[in-house]
Amino acid sequence: MSGILNSSIGRKVAMALSALFLMVFLLQHFAINMLSVFNPDTFNEVSHFMGTFWVIQYLMQPVLIFGVIFHFVMGFVLEIKNNSARKISYAKNNGNANSSWMSRNMIWSGLAILAFMILHFIDFWFPEMNIKYIQGDMSGLLADGEGFRYYEELVHKFENPIRVAAYCLAFVFLALHLLHGFMSAFQSVGANNKYTKSLKGFAKVYAIGIPLGFIFIALFHHLNH
Amino acid sequence: MNLTLKIWRQKNANDKGKLVNYPISDVSPDMSFLEMLDVLNEGLINKGDEPVEFDHDCREGICGMCSLYINGEAHGPDRGVTTCQLHMRMFKDGDTIVIEPFRATAFPVIKDLVVDRSAFDRIQHAGGFISVNTSGNTIDANAIPVNKHDADDAFSAATCIGCGACVASCKNSSAMLFVGAKVSQFALLPQGKIEATDRVLNMVKQMDEEGFGNCTNTGACEVECPKGISLENIARMNREYLKASLKG
Repeated sequence: MSGILNSSIGRKVAMALSALFLMVFLLQHFAINMLSVFNPDTFNEVSHFMGTFWVIQYLMQPVLIFGVIFHFVMGFVLEIKNNSARKISYAKNNGNANSSWMSRNMIWSGLAILAFMILHFIDFWFPEMNIKYIQGDMSGLLADGEGFRYYEELVHKFENPIRVAAYCLAFVFLALHLLHGFMSAFQSVGANNKYTKSLKGFAKVYAIGIPLGFIFIALFHHLNH
Repeated sequence: MNLTLKIWRQKNANDKGKLVNYPISDVSPDMSFLEMLDVLNEGLINKGDEPVEFDHDCREGICGMCSLYINGEAHGPDRGVTTCQLHMRMFKDGDTIVIEPFRATAFPVIKDLVVDRSAFDRIQHAGGFISVNTSGNTIDANAIPVNKHDADDAFSAATCIGCGACVASCKNSSAMLFVGAKVSQFALLPQGKIEATDRVLNMVKQMDEEGFGNCTNTGACEVECPKGISLENIARMNREYLKASLKG
């Protein structure tokens, strides 16, 4: 068991496990955001629960942050190592003949997602941490004390068309990343069997459906307010 | 057919190397790619020039020696064939064909289009075998029952000829299709189970030490493999490796 993370297979399995964890989180994030479209009151209540329940805040949130950082750092480490495995490039290489663009450019779609996450953290996570843990306001209420602040804050963020455009573009990169990443994670943990064909269909639905849903949410709030 | 060949020329392992243009005429569409290179070399020798070095042996698609990267693909644009089985009918009159050696840090160029693939041999030595008692008490292999499905999969894995097209095609120069096939070939059979733990750990360790990259599941290796070795073999190797690592 020792040194498994120093081996090529150990690293790719670790990469895959962190990816699977992040994909489950993404689904959960998507489900809660969708509530903002259909039922703002429920969205507020769920957001308050997620933002104040200690199991989520003190146990699951650090695990999530670790998962995100691990996935990015390991991605860079593997990319550097892989580049050194071919120091002289081909004069002519026809990558499209044997593999998808998405599969060959995971580092670029990943970097676009990283840039988006920095923006997303500045937009939502840092202000949230400031209100709750620096200002010490755990009430989740608006300044006038009438109702929860979460829905209002969300709607306000999507007023700026540049931000909406940046979010939509990032979700396109997310779709490209997931179109290869979803099945790749299963292959890396050794799950290539009779269920793979069916799973490929689900992977496409997930990889396109989730980012498309996020785009819908961003546009919905922008156009409705 | 009249063609222009852009061929990688490199005097030795330390030379920088460069692409050199060679026009060639009267190429028959029925020639194999290697026969076309033979004709080119005859012309070069007759002119007193140094012929282009390239690897070849059986010319029947089973030895795995020929190793050319042709117009951006290992073994050229055809599917399921080695370079010796690639025919000139795959190209058009007037085409320019770029011919390079397989590129990987673990496959250093020896001369021109010839690369050193002994890294594969060292991976095989690390565990790509089974120990059989040959002192007269050897059990007849046919006397050991093997599930038909496993036998078929093991046979498919065993058809890997170790040509290195998987490494050459992979954007990461990963050797995992080769090692996956060699691990699978034995892992699926009762004779291979005895040394299964050490085999996968040692072969993967050697693969990493040779400087091959990590698999990112692009699937290029499977597409370019002249023997159609499946990505399932990489997944099986990953499972075998995890099992072996957990066993300690």
